[in-house]
This record gives sequence, structure tokens and C-alpha cells, in this order.
Amino acid sequence: MADKQQQVVVKRARHKSSVKDPGTPGVLKLTKDRFTFMPNDPSSPVKHNVEFRTIKGHKFTKDGTKQALLNLTQDQGGNYIFEFENFPDRNVCKDFVASAIALSGEAGRTVPEKSAVPIQDEQLSAAEMERRIKLLQEDSDLQKLHKQFVIGGILSEAEFWATRKKLLEQNYSRRPKQRVALKNDMWSTKPLADGQSNRVTFNLTPEIILQIFAEKPAVRQAYLNFVPNKMTEKEFWTKYSRAEYLHSTKNVIAAAAEAAEDEELAVFLKQDDMLVNEARKKIRQVDPTLDMEADEGDDYMHLPIQDHGLPRNDNKDVLDSQYEPYRRSFSQHLNQHAAVVLQGRVIDVELGDTRSVAEALARTKHAELAKDASDVYLDKERLERISRMTEIEDLQAPRDPAVAPLSIKDPRDYFDSQQANAFSTLGDTVSGAKQLKCSVSTREAYCSLKECISEIKFQGLTEPTINSEVAFKVLNGLAQNISSNKYHLGRNPNESVLDSLPKITREELLLHWSSIQELLKHFWSSYPITTKYLLTKATKLKDAMSQIYPKLQEIKESVQSDLRHQVSLLVQPMLQSCVFMDQAFCCRP
Amino acid sequence: MSPPVPSKILTDDVSLLMVLIDSNPHFWSSIKPHFSFSKFLSHVLAFLNSILLLNQLNQVVVIATGINSCGYVFDSSSGSVSQRAESLLPKLEEFAENDESLSERDDDSGNGVGSSLLSGSLSMALCYIQRVFRSGPLHPQPRIICLHGSPDGPGQYVAIMNSIFSAQRSMVPIDSCVIGIQHSAFLQQASYITGGVYLKPQQLDGLFQYLATVFATDLHSRNFLQLPKPVGVDFRASCFCHKNTIDMGFICSVCLSIFCKHQKKCSTCGSIFGQAQTRDPSASQQRK
Repeated sequence: MADKQQQVVVKRARHKSSVKDPGTPGVLKLTKDRFTFMPNDPSSPVKHNVEFRTIKGHKFTKDGTKQALLNLTQDQGGNYIFEFENFPDRNVCKDFVASAIALSGEAGRTVPEKSAVPIQDEQLSAAEMERRIKLLQEDSDLQKLHKQFVIGGILSEAEFWATRKKLLEQNYSRRPKQRVALKNDMWSTKPLADGQSNRVTFNLTPEIILQIFAEKPAVRQAYLNFVPNKMTEKEFWTKYSRAEYLHSTKNVIAAAAEAAEDEELAVFLKQDDMLVNEARKKIRQVDPTLDMEADEGDDYMHLPIQDHGLPRNDNKDVLDSQYEPYRRSFSQHLNQHAAVVLQGRVIDVELGDTRSVAEALARTKHAELAKDASDVYLDKERLERISRMTEIEDLQAPRDPAVAPLSIKDPRDYFDSQQANAFSTLGDTVSGAKQLKCSVSTREAYCSLKECISEIKFQGLTEPTINSEVAFKVLNGLAQNISSNKYHLGRNPNESVLDSLPKITREELLLHWSSIQELLKHFWSSYPITTKYLLTKATKLKDAMSQIYPKLQEIKESVQSDLRHQVSLLVQPMLQSCVFMDQAFCCRP
Repeated sequence: MSPPVPSKILTDDVSLLMVLIDSNPHFWSSIKPHFSFSKFLSHVLAFLNSILLLNQLNQVVVIATGINSCGYVFDSSSGSVSQRAESLLPKLEEFAENDESLSERDDDSGNGVGSSLLSGSLSMALCYIQRVFRSGPLHPQPRIICLHGSPDGPGQYVAIMNSIFSAQRSMVPIDSCVIGIQHSAFLQQASYITGGVYLKPQQLDGLFQYLATVFATDLHSRNFLQLPKPVGVDFRASCFCHKNTIDMGFICSVCLSIFCKHQKKCSTCGSIFGQAQTRDPSASQQRK
């Protein structure tokens, strides 16, 4: 039975100390900040009362597997495993635990006054809340805005998040959990040869078994066929290990001899037909337009002995053809291994049960085959691609013009250069008012131009081209100009006035900027003011804005005198927006 | 075109310099007391020769910007031997004659200094550079330098902006040296957008020193040299209808053309703007 508000969840469960343990039946009760477990048998010592603050994570088995487990892990390594009667029960608890952990995590991290989740009048799912909290935790600017407006009572939660739906969705689907790939270790089945006795020990873990099944489809098929009909699992792996051992001794003849005796062993020793088929299929799918031009560097067959200092033994033992199937090719094995590792984990089954692993792999392979066989669309795409690559350019019609993506620049780049510019152009037009007056006619103008040219032609260039004093003055002027620019504007042309302010002032200015934007957005969205709700909202926004005004003035005063002019230029539009909002509100119809 | 160059010789600092010289006669006669065309030419010729001396493989091309036409007057790579800059003089004279013949007879009254055809010479420079790009993988690094003094003609706004954007796309910097009285908004924007240097020399009789110090630097060396930067850039646009420089205007949401007054239809792309809600239906009714 779960409380309607989802404040408390009570379920029947068994507490287990490990997965295999049958467990102690009892009742699990979950509240927002802690969970308690009371066993049915009052004398049992298994009682738990743990706060969610100490719980760092939770793990669970997939729906549909044998056990409905929920594992709550602590920071120090302890964990609590609960088994439920059915999956719906487990899922309810799982969701509750997720939100409880998130809540307690957030409360521990932020200022205490914020630990109370703000009052909301809409029904939020735990997942949605979790997303919001995570987003706030990651983006400190957003958190400041949220604190200022929502906690300050100016905007409500719904309004704040109404325009940020996209952010929430993005955040949620962004990060998949990192998965561990297959090991790249090819010799994982290397036997431990005991020096004293004649025993060779093989160590097979579920991980290794998974890899074996993935790399050698024949072995997988054999497992499915033989176990548990013809032999037990242990026998199967013993035979497999024997085959591996024979391979490692590289004694092909002995391998052939043993294979002749034992039918099942022969399966492991012979070449893998299924692999051959797969390889054939892959070759067929290679793009025929692939241009692989070989040149001298690719010739690794005919390397002279002197070249690499390694002698090549050209004596390939020519064996009887009956032994050929038992020779294992190292390069094939390596290629197959590499392909499997790169493909990664294709199945998601727990590794405990060998048979289910084998079945799952077989299922995946079948699905792939079926997909390839019936993939007409893929074929069509290939044909299209081939025709595109082999086309003759001259015979083609012109293609549609390509489009380039729109590049929208950050307005902050132009923020201060525009301000400086407004003043400089004013200055220019005042002084540039003395327009050049050309009082000569066109013909005279051209005449003088041509005269100048002929003057140079006959007299040649003046010697020296430039007076040394003038040159010196020019160099000085340039040097001064460059160094003063550097001082005022910074080395980097992209550096702005904002960067030369102390960090706190800069942060404050940027925060005011973004809060003014937010206020303006909500203010204008509530126009025209038709209802009382909108009126109160607009009033609140206007009051908030008028509070920012004196803060901006303060910042302006506090800045150093040489930067004051530029800062006041920056702050000007913000002050204006405060004033305008005030006026707009007062003059509303 | 010069024969292909083996890669060992074509180092980082080989440049192709396109020099656009302002040959607006009205401008030069109005500035006569301060600075004459002959002095200007002597500084520029010395500068061009020194560029050709900096590296054996440097190339210089000079384009004259007149009021009715533009033309190539010098190409250092033409001919079997690299030529000295003085050989541009006869061609420049020829160009001036040609330009004069193109101007209309009845324009004899002096009514202010007109603007020269900067957009035309920028386009010619960019075409030459494209030809160099397509000549092969090994080519010098091109850049454009505008020695300009005439005032900006707002009628050329669109054409100049188009050339600036294509220069930006081909990664060709446009340096500007303004020898006139006032700043040039077009050249400021050009240098800002393409990453070139904009300079208005304070002392015109030291022009050679300015050119040699600032504008002779090749693109590779600019990474570790500090060159003068302008304080602000005038980003104002001109409207497409009257070619006036405006601060605030109307913009077509389809093609982003700028108008100073409200229009019913965009003259560039032909899209029809939404009708103003008050007047039109009643006005048409009244007319009836």
C-alpha cells in the first residue's frame, strides 16, 4: 500500500545479504529521508534503519528476470539487497528510492534554507523533479536565477520552468551510463601448467565464457547441442580445454589423431564453418568502389632477409591434406578476436547462466542474419552510393545548391565595441563636417594627376624616400598607439571591458543582465493585463526590476575611475530597461 | 603564370600582395596642399620594391581605382624577369587617360569629391586571387591592401559587403591604409571581418614608414607581431533603397535586406510583407 502523496511506501520484501542468500522475509518501509526493514520473525537480528543520506546509489535487476532485486549501495561499500514478490512492487520502491536519494543529496549540498522543496501546485513525477534538481546543480547561473526569483516569490516554479522545457529534456537523455567493454586479452584461457605433476589447470570465468561464445560460434552451437543432453557443463569445458591445450602444443598430427577418436572433440579442433560463412558474407558487403591501390610498400610477401634482419623460414611443412582442417591460423583467430572486441557487448544478460548467454548470442546472430537478408533498403542504398561514386561528372545535371548553416554570433561580442563606436562616430561627423570641396573641373583634376605621374617618371624617386626625423616620429607614434591599445583593450582583440573588471563585479553585472532579461521576458508575456493574476505578476516583476536599478548605480560608482566611462556605457541599456519597464507599467491602459 | 615552384623554396612567408591604389583625381586635387599624388607614388613605389626584395618569390599586383573604371597596372610576375615597380607608371598614365575618357562631358562643375569604385577593384583583386588558388597546391599567401582616401559611396554598400564576405570565406585579409581626411566605415568593417589591419596614418609624409612597419608583414609573421588595432568599428549599414547610412531600419525576414522605410514588398527577394492592420482596407474602400 502506498500513500497517495508518495510520502511513504510500505512493501513486503526479503532482505538478503548476497544474491544467492534466500533472505529474511519482512516489511520494508520507505520514507523521504530513511528506510526501515522489520523482519517477520521478531527474534531475527536483521533489522535496519538507514537514512538516505548515507545511500549513494541503487542497482536493480531487469524486469522479467528470475528475481526482483533492489540493491542500495553505501559510500563505504556496504549494501542492502531486497527481494520483492513481483516487479511492479520493486519498481515503485525503485522510483521512490531514486528521488529520495536525489533529494537527500541535494539537501546535503546546498544552503539549508533551500532544502525545503518549493511549494508547487502541479503534480510532478519524481523523475521530473530529479531532472530539475540535477539541472540546477549543474548550472550555477541557473541556480542563482532560480533562487532569486522562485524562492524570492516573484515567479512561480511553473513559470520559471515553462520556457526551459528543452533544457530539461536535453539533460535527461544526455548521458548513458558508461559500459565496460570486453577484455582485449586473447590468452585468457592460457593454462597454468603445474611443474611437478602432469596437470594443466584452466580457469574459466563467466566473462571468458562470454568471449569464447562470441568469438567461436561453433563452440556456442556445440554447447547448445550437447549440454545438457550428451554431457554436463563441466565435461563440456573439460573437452574444450583439452582442445585448447592440443592447439597450444601446435601438434597438428596429435590433434588429428584425437579428433578421429572423439567426435565431440573434433568439433573444437576443426575449423569453424560458421565463421567462414560470416566472413564470406562480410566480404560480399564490401563497397566495390573502394579503391585499394597496392604499391611496393604493401608487398610483405617478398621481403628480402637483409631488410628487417629477421630470417624467414620458408619451410612450410606441407602436410597431408587430411591434416589441413586441424591447422589453426593465427591471423584468422586474431582478426576474429579484434572484430568481437570492437563490436562490444551485444547482449545484456547476467553472466551467471552459461546457457542463457549462449542462447542470447545465438538469438542476436539470427536477428542480424535475418535483418541483412531482408534488408532491401540497405541494398538500394548501396546501389545508389555505387552509382554516385562511379558517375561521370560531365554527364550529370547540376545539383541543388548546397546550404550552409546559419552562423549566429553571440551579441556579447559586439556589446562594448558597439558602445565605443557610437561615441567615435559622433566625434567623427563633428570634425569631418569640413567636407572636401573639389573646386576644379574634372578635366583639370585629371590633368594634374597625369602631371604628377610624369613628374615621377622623369625625376625618379626622391632620395631619401623619407626624412629620418619623420620616420622616427612615425615609429614612436605607432609604438605608443599599440601599447596604449594593449593597456586599454587588452592583448586579445576578443577581450572586452568585462574582463578587466574584478571578478565579483563582472559576475554581478552578468547576473543582473540575465535577471533583467528574465524579468522582461515574463513582463511582456503577461501583457495585455486582463486578469488580476496578471496584474499582481506584473507588479511583482516591476518591483523586482526597480530593486535592481540602485544596485547597478552602485556598481557604476564602485568601479575604478579609468574604467568608469566604459562601464557606464555597458550599464546604460540595463538602466534604461529598468526605467522603461516602470514607465510601461505606469502608463498601461 | 610563373612555373610551378618546388615546395622547398615556397616557405611560410611568401606573399602575394594585391595593392589597390586610389586614383580619384578629385580626391587628389582636393588634398593637394597636404599631400600630392607624386609624393604618394614615390612612397608606394619604394614600398613595392622593398616587398619584392623581401623574398625572391613574393608577387605584387597593383590595381588602380578610378571613378569610372578600375584596371590592373602592374603585375610583378608577368614577363620572364621580375619587374621593378616603376614600370607601373606608363600603365597608370594610360589608365588615367582611359578613365578620363569614360567620364561624362557635363560633369565639369565641382560638386564635392565623389567616391571611387572600391567595390570594382576589390572584386578584381579577389578574382586574381582565385585564379592563383586554382593554379595548384603551391602558391604564395595572398592578401589585399587598400590605399584609399575617397569617401565611402553608400551606393556600393552591397557590392563591398559581398566582396568582404567572399574574402572572408577565402581567408584573404584586407588591410586598409586610409589617407583621406575621415575614417572609412567600409574599410573598417572589411579589416575587422577579414582579420586585416586598419590604419589611418597621422603623418602622411611618413607614409613609407607606416607601410614598411605595418603593412609589409606577411601573414605568417602576424601571429607573433603586435599591429595597431582600431578602437571601434562602425558597423552601420546603408539601406538598400536610398543608400543612406542608417542606425535603425526595417529588415526583410527572408533575405535580410535593409530598408529605411516601411515597404510592401522586398525589392531583393520579392517577398510580400504583412499588411499594416489599420489603414489599407478602409483606404481602398474610401477610394471606391
